[in-house]
Amino acid sequence: MNNTVLYIFLGLLVVSALLTVMIKNTLKAVIALACTSVILTIIMFIMGAPLAAIFELSVCAGLVTAIFASTISLTDNPTDEESAEKNKKRLSRYVFLPIIIVVIIGIMFITKPALDFTWFTNTVAEDTLQNTIWHVRNLDIAGQIVVILAGVFGIVTLLKERSKK
Amino acid sequence: MLTIIFLTVVLLYIIGFYYLITTRNLIRILIALEVLTKGLVLMLIYVGKVTEQMATAQTMVITLIIIEVVILAVAAGIIINIFNRTDSLDTRKIFRKNK
Amino acid sequence: MPTLFLIIPFIGILLLNLFYTQKVKKLAYGTGILVALIQMFLACTIIFQIAGNFFSAIEIKYFVSLSIDLYAAIVLFTIALIAFISLIIRRHSDNDEIFNFSQLIMIIMIGMNGVVMVTDIFSLYVFLEVTGVASFVLIAKKKELAALNGSFKYLLMSSIATVMILSAVAILFMTYGTLSYEELGAQLSSATNVSTQIVLAIIFLITGLSIKAGLVPFHMWVPDAYSNSSSAVSVLLAGIVTKGGGVYAILRLMMVVFPKIAIINEVFAFLGILSIVVGALLAIGQKEFKKMLAYSSISQIGYIIVGACCGTPLGFLGAFLHFFNHATFKSLLFVNSAAVEAQTGYKDLDKLQGLGGKMKITTWTSAIAFLSTAGIPPLSGFWSKVIIIVALWQVGFIPYAVIALLASILTLAYFLILQRKVFFGKTSAEFENTKEANRGFTSVSIILATITVLVGIAFPFVLNFLKIKGLF
Repeated sequence: MNNTVLYIFLGLLVVSALLTVMIKNTLKAVIALACTSVILTIIMFIMGAPLAAIFELSVCAGLVTAIFASTISLTDNPTDEESAEKNKKRLSRYVFLPIIIVVIIGIMFITKPALDFTWFTNTVAEDTLQNTIWHVRNLDIAGQIVVILAGVFGIVTLLKERSKK
Repeated sequence: MLTIIFLTVVLLYIIGFYYLITTRNLIRILIALEVLTKGLVLMLIYVGKVTEQMATAQTMVITLIIIEVVILAVAAGIIINIFNRTDSLDTRKIFRKNK
Repeated sequence: MPTLFLIIPFIGILLLNLFYTQKVKKLAYGTGILVALIQMFLACTIIFQIAGNFFSAIEIKYFVSLSIDLYAAIVLFTIALIAFISLIIRRHSDNDEIFNFSQLIMIIMIGMNGVVMVTDIFSLYVFLEVTGVASFVLIAKKKELAALNGSFKYLLMSSIATVMILSAVAILFMTYGTLSYEELGAQLSSATNVSTQIVLAIIFLITGLSIKAGLVPFHMWVPDAYSNSSSAVSVLLAGIVTKGGGVYAILRLMMVVFPKIAIINEVFAFLGILSIVVGALLAIGQKEFKKMLAYSSISQIGYIIVGACCGTPLGFLGAFLHFFNHATFKSLLFVNSAAVEAQTGYKDLDKLQGLGGKMKITTWTSAIAFLSTAGIPPLSGFWSKVIIIVALWQVGFIPYAVIALLASILTLAYFLILQRKVFFGKTSAEFENTKEANRGFTSVSIILATITVLVGIAFPFVLNFLKIKGLF
């Protein structure tokens, strides 16, 4: 039963990713991206990664949507007449996508004997999540702090208008 | 079961990458990058489940999400500045002017 | 000791931000210079310790896994040197907002020190992103359309490279269950056959790292990013960011994780030779000074990669020596181009003619830099290129060695054209009144040119010393 539920959600994930890509209005595409994040969160819960799922939900479905929405409102997207002109040839751009998907998946199934994955079976009992984040992977946390600091400097520098221009 | 997850990951990569190449709006390029990132997150969780080392995989996913959101914020800042200079978000107009 | 390299710039940033008054803003420049000098000093002490006692690495493994060996110490020294020079250039060319610039340089230093010192493939990714984010911001700081375009292209290609590198890391983690360099290296060396998924992982990893390093055919972002940023940022980018990030990652992975897999050596050797030739050919037809220097950088990075592909200690010595030499002479060339642009206001090669009589120091230092790039004895570039070509010959990549030698002649050709046109022609009328660049530029030029000449003259003794110690 668990597998069927997982398959259904995987299918929903692909469908909503396609929707994100093909919707005309940019703001609605961002909302579809948030839906994709929610479906990914549910998949991660099913597969047994609760902490990463919470992170994904709060950051990607929340913060990223807010960033996109503020960028869209600060920049002017084309009006409806201009979009209608561009949209005439729009769907023809997506003609190649099913062809490419079929070709690549065909290649993968033809070489299926070579696709048998071998993976590492873990015989040692692993650490708890807290130990891994805060003790084993110490250096990554330091790196993330520096990235956030750099991002803050970046936003301050990029969005500051000089008054004495 | 797990091969299907790998197929989904490959599909997400193809969709994201194809859209990245063919779109003309700067904001949609960022949306395509986000779709690629979702494929990557799914692949990392899959790897974590298969090797039963979920703690390391979750750490990697958390780090990846934080760094991606910072890059996204900086990219949004650059896009707003480009818009203030040229009043359009069309890739062709902006990247052609420089040649 | 290795954590000091990460902590000292961070303390610098903290101190500057905790006491945020007007007076402290003026101290930003001094703090940056101080941090760079401290790092140079520490790197030198490590080099002398290693060369004297000849232990091969300093490691901390208790809770933070970092390690420094001789080559890493050379790279740390280069990072600090170029950061120092970039700060001086910024102070003398464009003095406003040096507060933000100094802090961003310190963040780049943290990032690159991290890339040099980690022993774990995922931490490598984290610190590559640190350098990436700080460089995007630095390129876009100028806020002109060209700079913003260059920054956005770099961001886009860097993110695609990230997805590829992390996919490869995920597949390697799935197959071997570990992320550290040593364990991966041990597992990969003892694997009898290379299964399909490892080949897939290697393809992704090579593509991702080549995009970050700027190898052909993924070099599209390099000319725009280098030539459209402000002069201090160009010096930083060409000197250390591309090399200290992407190229160093490739070199370290080839030394530790993939030493026995022949196919990686061959693929990277091919990409390296392609970069050398395409970079040199594309540099000939350029009309802007900085763009020509950017294509020349692509070509020199090809030399470093090709040197490392030999897999012998001689090849790695040549690669890291060229790393250091390229940082000095390419930074010198960018400094001179910034000086020319500051004095005349032009970047096009067609309009600049005959500045030799007016800007003497710039002319002579850029002549030294060009000759070093082309590999003329007794300058430093000659030694590194000769070592790389000899290493290629010894391993058996004979056609590659011949191509590398011919490309060196091509480099000489286009740089002679450049030098003659810009500096040694007849002085055109509108340049009658240009003076020499101000003393910030000239002092930095003289320092870098002196380093080039000294390394070139002193290198045979170093080579003898290494042979006595039995390094190769």
